Amino acid sequence: MTLPKTMFEKVWDRHVVVPETADTPAVLFIDLHLTHEVTSPQAFQLLRERGLRLRRPDLTLATMDHSTPTRTAQVFGGEPISIESAARQVRQLEVNCAEFGVELFGLQHELRGIVHIIGPELGLTQPGSTIVCGDSHTSTHGAFGALAFGIGSTEVGHVFATQCLLQRRPKTLAIEIANALAPGVMAKDLILAIIGRIGVAGGTGHVLEYRGAAIRAMDMEARMTVCNMSIEAGARAGMIAPDDTTFAYLKGKPRAPQGAAWDEAVARWRELPTDAGARFDSSVDIDAAALEPMITYGTNPGMVVPISATIPARAGDPAFDKALTYMGFTAGEPIKDQPVNIVFLGSCTNGRLSDLRAAADVLRGHKVAKGVHLLVVPGSQQVRRAAEKEGLDRVFLEAGADWRESGCSMCLGMNGDTVPKGEYAVSTSNRNFEGRQGVGARTLLASPLTAAASAIRGRVTDPRDVLNG
Amino acid sequence: MTAIKSIRSRTVNLPSTNIDTDQIMPARFLTTTTKAGLGEQLFADWRYDESGRPKPDFVLNQPQAKGCQVLVAGRNIGCGSSREHAPWALLDYGFRAVVSTEIADIFRNNSLKNGLLPVIVDGETHEWLLANPGAEVVIDLESCTLTLPTGIAVKFPIDAFARYCLLNGVDELGYLLSKDDAIGAYEQRRE
Repeated sequence: MTLPKTMFEKVWDRHVVVPETADTPAVLFIDLHLTHEVTSPQAFQLLRERGLRLRRPDLTLATMDHSTPTRTAQVFGGEPISIESAARQVRQLEVNCAEFGVELFGLQHELRGIVHIIGPELGLTQPGSTIVCGDSHTSTHGAFGALAFGIGSTEVGHVFATQCLLQRRPKTLAIEIANALAPGVMAKDLILAIIGRIGVAGGTGHVLEYRGAAIRAMDMEARMTVCNMSIEAGARAGMIAPDDTTFAYLKGKPRAPQGAAWDEAVARWRELPTDAGARFDSSVDIDAAALEPMITYGTNPGMVVPISATIPARAGDPAFDKALTYMGFTAGEPIKDQPVNIVFLGSCTNGRLSDLRAAADVLRGHKVAKGVHLLVVPGSQQVRRAAEKEGLDRVFLEAGADWRESGCSMCLGMNGDTVPKGEYAVSTSNRNFEGRQGVGARTLLASPLTAAASAIRGRVTDPRDVLNG
Repeated sequence: MTAIKSIRSRTVNLPSTNIDTDQIMPARFLTTTTKAGLGEQLFADWRYDESGRPKPDFVLNQPQAKGCQVLVAGRNIGCGSSREHAPWALLDYGFRAVVSTEIADIFRNNSLKNGLLPVIVDGETHEWLLANPGAEVVIDLESCTLTLPTGIAVKFPIDAFARYCLLNGVDELGYLLSKDDAIGAYEQRRE
C-alpha cells in the first residue's frame, strides 16, 4: 500500500530527475518556462558566455509586460517608448528570442499580456505541471494544481540550459477555508486576510495548499488571485486542487490538450488532489463567512485591516511607526473615508476579465470623483478585447477612467505609469511597499470592488455601501 | 566566482523588519540588461534625496559604514520581488554577507548563487548585533560559524551543496550540466 500524499508531493515526485541527498539538492524537471524582458537578459547572456544552447525552446515562452508602455500610441501608433532604457530592454528581448529560438509575444502581438495572465488563457498552465518564471508572482499558476514558483535570473539561465532546477523539497502548509465569502467580499479580500493572519514571512520555506468550501466555490480567476499573492506571505508557491471548474476553464483553450489527449489528461489530473490522510507540515483555519472587504494601511501586505476597522497601533515597534509615518496615517483613525488620489485597476493579481466586470458593475452610471485618476489596465490584450466586446471599456470611459493597453503598468511603475510622491492610490495590485508604485507613493491594496467604489467617492469606500444604495 | 572561506568585517545595521527587494533595488532601475554598476542604486530611495544628494541620516552615507562587508538587517530581509538585482547591487556595493533572523526564500537562493552569504542567526545574537553596530565579526564558511568580538561563536545553517560551491568557487550550473544523461533519460521517459 502506498502512503497517502499531498498534491504537492505528487507533483514534486513526478518531476524528480535526480533525487535529493544530504549533499545535493534534487534535480527537478520544469514543464513550462515563462520569461519576460526584465529578468531574462542576464540569463541569455549566461548562455552566450558558456557557449550553451537553450535546451527546450518548445517548453519556453516569452512575453513583454513590465517595461512596456500602456498608451495605445506607443504600442501601436509608432510613437517611441518614453523611457529609453525600457525601449532597449524590449529590443534586447526580441534579439535574444530570435537568437535562441524562443517564441515571443512581442509588443504588438495580439496574445501579449502579463506573463501570469497569458499562461492560463492560452491553456499552457496545466494541472500537475512544474512552471517557473523569473518573477515572484509565478505562484499564480498554482491555481490549476501546478507547482509554480518564481526564480532569480541565474536560475532562469539554469532552466534555459538544462530545463531543470536544483531544489530542496519545501514543507507544506494547508490553509483550510471554511464556508462562503459574503457578497461584496472577493478572493482578494480572502488572500489579504490570510496574509494578515500568517504574516509576510508566515509561508517562508513552504508550499501552501488552499482548501475548503470557499475555494471550491470560486471560479478559476478568483483562485488565481488567491494563489498570486502566496509570495506576499513569503511562500514558495500556492496550490489549489484541480476540479471540474479547472477542467471546464481549460477545455478548448488553444494550447490545452485536444481530443483523446484531453480525456487522458483529465483522467491524470483527477488523481492529483491530496489523498485522504496525507499530512501537511502545518495548517491554518480561516472562516470565509466572517470576512469583510480588506484594505492595507501600511507598507507591506500583512499590514491589513477589515475596511470597517481603525488603523491599529503597535507599541514599541519602530518599523510599524515608520510605516504609518510614510503613509501619513495615525493609529486609531478609521481607514474608511481616507482620501484617495489615484485608483489602479489591473495587474497579475486583479487584471482579468472578471475583475474588470466587478469594477464595471460598481462604476456603471457613476462618475469617478473630481480630482481622482482611475487607471484601468487589462492584464492581457485578450482580456482587453473581451472587455471591449462586452462594452466594459465604455463603462470605464464614461465614468472618466483611462483605458489602456495591457501590461504590469502601475503595479510597479517600471514603464513610467507611476503614482506621484505623497499621493494615495487604492490599487488592486499586490505590493504596497514604500515607493513600489513610484517614489513616495502611498499604496492601499484592495479588491476591484473596493477600488471602484473608492474611485467614485474619492475616499476609501466599502463597496457594499455603493452596491446596496 | 571567487571562493569564499571566511569574511572578517565590521557590521553595518539596518534594523527595519521586512526589508523588501523593492527597497534594496527600486523597480525603475530594473530596465538594465547587465549586472554591472548596480551598487550605485542600492537602497536608492533611502539613500538619496530627490535631487540625488546622499541623505546624511541614512547609515550607508555615514563614515563608519565605509568598507563594511556585513549587513545586519531586521527580521525577514529580501521579501517580495524575485529580482536578482538585489543581491547583485549588494555585492557591487561591497557587501559579502547579510545577517538576519529570517531571510526570504528567493532572495536567499539568489544570494547563494552569487556569493553573497545569507547568514541566519538566533534572536539573541541578532539583538546583540543590532545593539552593537560596527562590531567586527568573523563569518567562517568552513565551520559555518559567526563569531562575535566577545568570542562567542554561533552556528548558522546553510545548504550543504551551496556551501560546497561557495567554498570551491564553482557555480551550480556545472553540476546541472553534468546531469545531462539523466535529464535526457527523463525526457524520453516522459515522451
